[in-house]
Amino acid sequence: MLTFFTIILMSAMFLTLIRFLKGSTLSDRVIAFDVLSVISVALLVVLSLHFEQSFYLDIALVFGLIGFLGSTIFGRYIEKGI
Amino acid sequence: MLYIGYILIFFGSMAFIVSAIGLLRMPDIYTRMHVATKATTIGILLVILGAAFIEPSWSLKLLLLAVFILITNPLSSSVIARASHTSGETLEVDELKEAQK
Repeated sequence: MLTFFTIILMSAMFLTLIRFLKGSTLSDRVIAFDVLSVISVALLVVLSLHFEQSFYLDIALVFGLIGFLGSTIFGRYIEKGI
Repeated sequence: MLYIGYILIFFGSMAFIVSAIGLLRMPDIYTRMHVATKATTIGILLVILGAAFIEPSWSLKLLLLAVFILITNPLSSSVIARASHTSGETLEVDELKEAQK
């Protein structure tokens, strides 16, 4: 059952990756990056259920933090430049 | 308990699929950001709630993760919306400008 959820999440990740590679402006790519990081957090939660070890949740928390920092910094970069 | 958790994780994954399809099909950047933020927020919350149903002893860590996602996800989307508005992106169908003519 968890393998089935992993397949669904990976196909969502693949569709988002198409937008990430195709996206016409920089903001499109930043939005796609944001969605990719959230899907990765969900994938890590499913992975921690699959291996029955709770330290994957810590990795998910750090991954969410890094995704948030990345999209925020790119937003500031679009707005003002470096 | 186990099957309630599986059903919740299934609906969360479906929300992610809807978000990815909307990200491919929406015409301009603000509608894409709309679908990318709202659908992924409800998706991650359903996945975390399902995980808390399957393993109830992890509830504290999962609650921390849910609160963190719930704070940061709208914030980053607001930053991106403001930045793309400043850099001059326009709507595909702008009803305000059509009404002001």
